[in-house]
Amino acid sequence: MNTLKTCLIGGLLLLANQVSALTPAPVDERQSLVLHNAVVHVGDGQVINPGVVAMSEGTITVVGGNDALAELDLTSYQFVDLGGAHVYPGLILPGSNLGLNEVGSLGDTIDQSETGDLNPNVRSLIAYNTDSELIPVTRYNGVLTAQITPEGGLISGQSSVVQLDAWNWQDAAVVVDDGIHMNWPSSKKREFDFATFSVKLADNKQQAEHIAIVEQLFSDAASWLESDDKMRNLKLDAVVGLFDGSKRLYISANLAQDMVDAVDFARRHKIVHVVLKADAEALKVAEFLAAEQVPVIVTGLHTTPRSDDEDIDLPYRVPAELLNAGVKVGLTYPGVMNARNLPFIAGTASAYGLDREQALRLVTLSNAEILGIDDQLGSLAVGKQATLFVSQGDALDMRGNQLTHAFIGGREIVLDGMQQSLYQRFHKRYATLDESD
Amino acid sequence: MRSFHLSFHFICRSAALFCCTMFLMGVTHAQPTTTPNDVRDSRDGAYAFANAVIHIDERTVVTDQLLLIREGRVVGLEDSAPAGYQQIDMTGMHLYPSMVDLDSAYGLPDPERPKPFSFNQAEVLESETPGAYNANQAIRSDYRASTAFTVNKDKARVLRENGFGAVLSYMSDGIARGTGTLVLTAEGSDNEMILKSDASNHLSFSKGSSSQSYPISMMGAIALLRQTHLDASWYDAGGRKSMTDLALDGWLSHQSLPTIFDTNSWIAAMRADEVGDEMGRQFILRDSGDAYKRVSVIKQTGARMIVPLSFPEAPDVSDPWNTDLVTLEDLKHWELAPENPARLAAAGIEFALTSRGAEKTFMDMLRQSVKRGLSEEVALAALTRVPAAMLGMDDHLGSLKDGRLANIVVASGNLFDESTTLVAHWIAGEPYVIKAVADDLAGEYELSVNGQILPLTIAGTPDKPSVTLSISDSDSDSDSDSDSEKDSKKDDRKVTASMSGAAVSLVYSLDDDQAAWRLFGWATDNGWSGEGQDPEGKAVRWTLQSAADSDEAVAEATDKASSDVDTAKPVGEVTYPFMAYGRSTIPDAETILIRDATVWTLEDDAPLTSTDVLVRDGKIAAIGNDLSAPNAIQVDGSGLHLTPGIIDEHSHIALLGVNDIATNSGMVRMTDVINPEDINIYRNLAGGVTAAQLLHGSANPIGGQSALVKYRWGSTPQEMLIEGADGFIKFALGENVKRSRNQSSIRYPQTRMGVEQVYRDAFGSALDYQVAHDSYDGMSRRARQSAVPPRTDLAMETMLEIINGERFVSCHSYVQSEINMLMHVAEDFDFRINTFTHILEGYKVADKMAAHGAGGSTFSDWWAFKWEVRYAIPYNAALMHEAGVVTAINSDSSEMSRRLNQEAAKSVKYGGMSEVEALKMVTLNPAKLLHLDDRMGSIAVGKDADLVLWSDHPLSIDARPLKTMVDGRVLFDEADDLAMRQGIDEERSRLIEKVRNSSDGAKPKGGDDGPPGYRARPLFQCNSLTGFEHLTSIRGEGL
Repeated sequence: MNTLKTCLIGGLLLLANQVSALTPAPVDERQSLVLHNAVVHVGDGQVINPGVVAMSEGTITVVGGNDALAELDLTSYQFVDLGGAHVYPGLILPGSNLGLNEVGSLGDTIDQSETGDLNPNVRSLIAYNTDSELIPVTRYNGVLTAQITPEGGLISGQSSVVQLDAWNWQDAAVVVDDGIHMNWPSSKKREFDFATFSVKLADNKQQAEHIAIVEQLFSDAASWLESDDKMRNLKLDAVVGLFDGSKRLYISANLAQDMVDAVDFARRHKIVHVVLKADAEALKVAEFLAAEQVPVIVTGLHTTPRSDDEDIDLPYRVPAELLNAGVKVGLTYPGVMNARNLPFIAGTASAYGLDREQALRLVTLSNAEILGIDDQLGSLAVGKQATLFVSQGDALDMRGNQLTHAFIGGREIVLDGMQQSLYQRFHKRYATLDESD
Repeated sequence: MRSFHLSFHFICRSAALFCCTMFLMGVTHAQPTTTPNDVRDSRDGAYAFANAVIHIDERTVVTDQLLLIREGRVVGLEDSAPAGYQQIDMTGMHLYPSMVDLDSAYGLPDPERPKPFSFNQAEVLESETPGAYNANQAIRSDYRASTAFTVNKDKARVLRENGFGAVLSYMSDGIARGTGTLVLTAEGSDNEMILKSDASNHLSFSKGSSSQSYPISMMGAIALLRQTHLDASWYDAGGRKSMTDLALDGWLSHQSLPTIFDTNSWIAAMRADEVGDEMGRQFILRDSGDAYKRVSVIKQTGARMIVPLSFPEAPDVSDPWNTDLVTLEDLKHWELAPENPARLAAAGIEFALTSRGAEKTFMDMLRQSVKRGLSEEVALAALTRVPAAMLGMDDHLGSLKDGRLANIVVASGNLFDESTTLVAHWIAGEPYVIKAVADDLAGEYELSVNGQILPLTIAGTPDKPSVTLSISDSDSDSDSDSDSEKDSKKDDRKVTASMSGAAVSLVYSLDDDQAAWRLFGWATDNGWSGEGQDPEGKAVRWTLQSAADSDEAVAEATDKASSDVDTAKPVGEVTYPFMAYGRSTIPDAETILIRDATVWTLEDDAPLTSTDVLVRDGKIAAIGNDLSAPNAIQVDGSGLHLTPGIIDEHSHIALLGVNDIATNSGMVRMTDVINPEDINIYRNLAGGVTAAQLLHGSANPIGGQSALVKYRWGSTPQEMLIEGADGFIKFALGENVKRSRNQSSIRYPQTRMGVEQVYRDAFGSALDYQVAHDSYDGMSRRARQSAVPPRTDLAMETMLEIINGERFVSCHSYVQSEINMLMHVAEDFDFRINTFTHILEGYKVADKMAAHGAGGSTFSDWWAFKWEVRYAIPYNAALMHEAGVVTAINSDSSEMSRRLNQEAAKSVKYGGMSEVEALKMVTLNPAKLLHLDDRMGSIAVGKDADLVLWSDHPLSIDARPLKTMVDGRVLFDEADDLAMRQGIDEERSRLIEKVRNSSDGAKPKGGDDGPPGYRARPLFQCNSLTGFEHLTSIRGEGL
């Protein structure tokens, strides 16, 4: 793939493989570039072919056909002929524990779930490890922005949106403390039934109690906000941003009736932005969610149906069916180990009911809109950040997803990481062994 | 229908019957060895039952003779009562032999509760039972239920009142449970109640209260049974000289007893029978109530069964939000389970019925079985003669033939009539009243008081009849000038009546203003009559007789009852498997011609475009252009891609268990726990997977033996096995076998250093074991007599198979050091590791693997879920392939296996593999690793027709299988799938409606146990010990 890179753009791009992917690209290396002779996937559903994308000082300055360059002063720009390769906006990964969870089985390497039920005050950003080995691996397939999200409890804490090439969390931050994440108490819970020696879903007897705890928190936060002589309270203080829309409330709900209750809860507490994280259960209440204009982040397509009886491909069809019902839909790949496959679950969503560009929109512009960052990111549009990548083929297909370049805020980043260097080492070793045979 | 007339007779005579029975109770029986604190009072208990319908057995009914009993036994039939016999008039009664229940815990202490298995505990590696008992705590063959039996009057009464005069009590605890004891349900002394101390031998696959860790799985339980059988033979043949094992002593002494095997599904019943075959025994199988799902398999066992009458509760469909949590399987089972006895009977399977689990509803369930097709004759036999014969006790129980125990059920009518109640139960000649006669008097009567006739209605239940007089003014007072409206209005007056027994009373008033009429009287041959007082206190005479039209009313009621049955709608079909996406017949192997497809033969360097493939007799018959096969099903493949079926080298679907826990679990066989009723089989077919290695988990350095299967959806477990496949076994290295994530684990080994020693010890021990056997086999007969024979050890036998190249290792492994170690161990014992599976650092030692001859079967891109996969890279497959290792990509996941083609495609992305080579990673290469490439893995004439027709390029994200064939049978077909989805919806709707309309269907069920039928299925992965790990705090991701 490195040979491809050189032949295509003839050394124009400055960073080479000797620099580790863990070393972020310097800000002063933001280039003024015109990427032309490209298939431009805008992210909003459009494709421009052939198309051009120009960027300068970290911002996209032109997107369009070849004629779009006419309005631009091209003197400071370098031209890159992409030879028909594809340009995509950077993929956005919502609800991720990237940088919070390094090795799944080792608690020492995990900072994603604070103790206690109510943690609206804890902030993922300060635990976000910009040096995580998982970040280059995730970027490698085109994921350039992520919402770093705590887990656990009834209210897990606050996420922040970061770009995936930074020296430290401060530099990484795109939106600090963008949202509060809540696990709606499920009306059913899994229980082991010794009589049948199988797992059953039983009524969650703690549901009402848990809902009451959360109701109280939100009610108290609202009155606390109006109070003239407030005692300091980190938890209440964290919640009030939901009332003025400066933060979003992300609710994970398992069962459809819980989704209705959760939305009702948010409405009653006058939460401005509510986002549901859900799976195929959401299809049962799609009409409700559409009417309530509650967006849904679909939490992973690579699952099996929930019951024996369900359509075998239902998990794959969830985005298409929610969209058809008029719901705004985003898509994420939960868990760090597979997050690099985000483009391929979008591809699967396409194979099951969406055209490619609609599927791409799920993980670009739609995710950006849902996270409230579409003014900066999510599509190739003039004025937005030059966070984008070039792929040799269809980025949503395993065979086509071959990134040659990626830019974050106009800086070209190093794609290769530890995995590529290990590959090179052993590839070379076996080639040498072959020769010596 | 019993006639109205007879009921009055009974009422008259019953008083005498019950007076005498009460008086007799407890007198005839006296334990001979006790000394009474009284004078001697021996009576011979000679009775002659007259005028009864006598069911000698299920076929022989006598109506014109008297049944004689004496000294607790049946004497015979006579035309009249001989002198010395007390005649009891049983007019209208039916006499049946008492029932025998072979599945009971009556009179025994409750077994200890099973200890829930937890991942996070220290393992219990040895038996915690003190004493010279078996090395495994679940082998309790020394247990004798008779030693713990004591009469429990409350429970005896329940059994008697359900009709059971004798039951087989055994302790439901352990894999080998010891003996059951056959006892009477009378209330005599413990000594007299036991008919046979050791009547049966009991086995199961459930370890019960054993606190010892091994076995934790069904396949472990089976392995333990096999080993115990071998140990007992060894012990008997001389092992006894070296040690004492009271459980093996027990095992050996029970060999001749009928053995009852408790099972929890038809699959387990089939397995139990196989275990019996291996031991040379024919077990009696205790069915869990689902044998109807695979009658043919059960029939093939040749076993007699014990079949429950406890049918499933209606699933909770009351909450529309949650009806999708109830599966079609559970709905269908609810509908069809009551037909289980009938369907077994229709197949000619002999069975006994048990009331266990249906104590409160036994008669209802029995009658429901009859309504659902079970003949009364078979039902009665299954409750009497058959269970008695199963225990070889039919000379004593199960019929009313001469010499049998006088165990007699007295019923108010035919046992199977809804209205019949059990009136009394004689056990060993002693009577027990079940119900003072409360005959069903419901009907229309005429009350005649001083010549004035009033219609009287008796309704309600026999226990609580409600009596009303229906009067109109014209009847009560024809001279009155009341207005016409009131004239025509009927008035129901409640009567306070006491109608039980011979003496009756009626109190009523005809007008609210009027004082009551007070009548008393007695039963007569055709009703009642008596005297009383009118409201003014004048004496009256009265009679009460059936209304002239009473027969019609009875007929009407009968019609109503039978029409309930007639209007029962047809029930759903048994499908294979019995669940969603099951089919009523398994598709045949068709002759199919696929035309003009892009054919990925994998025998050629590139796919063949526009090529025809002919499938015939389950094989690939021809590949070429313009093939002609007029009788074939023609499939237009233009624009489509045909590939060999995907083969998953590493799967844990379609299993009833995954891990056992012994460090060397080589005796465990996954072939023992194949579950053909796993929906993931169908889902995998829908992803193009046709065959797989079903592996033991990775908890042990030496895991269990694999099952190589084809995903023959709808087949039996045995039919899923690939015929003639080589034997494989799972090994595992690293964190899982060290039990790294169980801080409390004490099991050896706890380091990679120890892991190596486990292997060296196991293989070395096996060689010594072989020497010991060879040496013993070489001894003279005389020398053998003084020697202790070597024990046959199934784990050692497995080790020898590996060393001898008769079984092949697929080893879960991650880091290079351990991979290298195992190859060295193997080479030192002169065999080769067949496959390293997962093998995420295989790329680091691929040259050494190639030199050793090991293959690699890896994940495409999994990593980061634990420390030992830190350096896993998605280029692993490409690098191993480059280095000459036969490389496959596997799933270890019921989810990922549905898209293994996509995982293979990642080899194109990571490492630039050619598309043909990439596709081989999930087809031809796993076939090679499983030694199946002579018949699978590529498209070549003569190979199995395991084929997938894809909608698109098979490595593309858009590819969906349109058809998946196994042996030429189309087991997944997109159009068929869509039709099945619709069928599932329709069948669910029908059944949910049926549940709603059923007696217990409409109400929510909640309760402490959760709504019945809301199922959540565990998905097994490699690291699952039991499949229930999500109940612990451990997160699920580990492999």
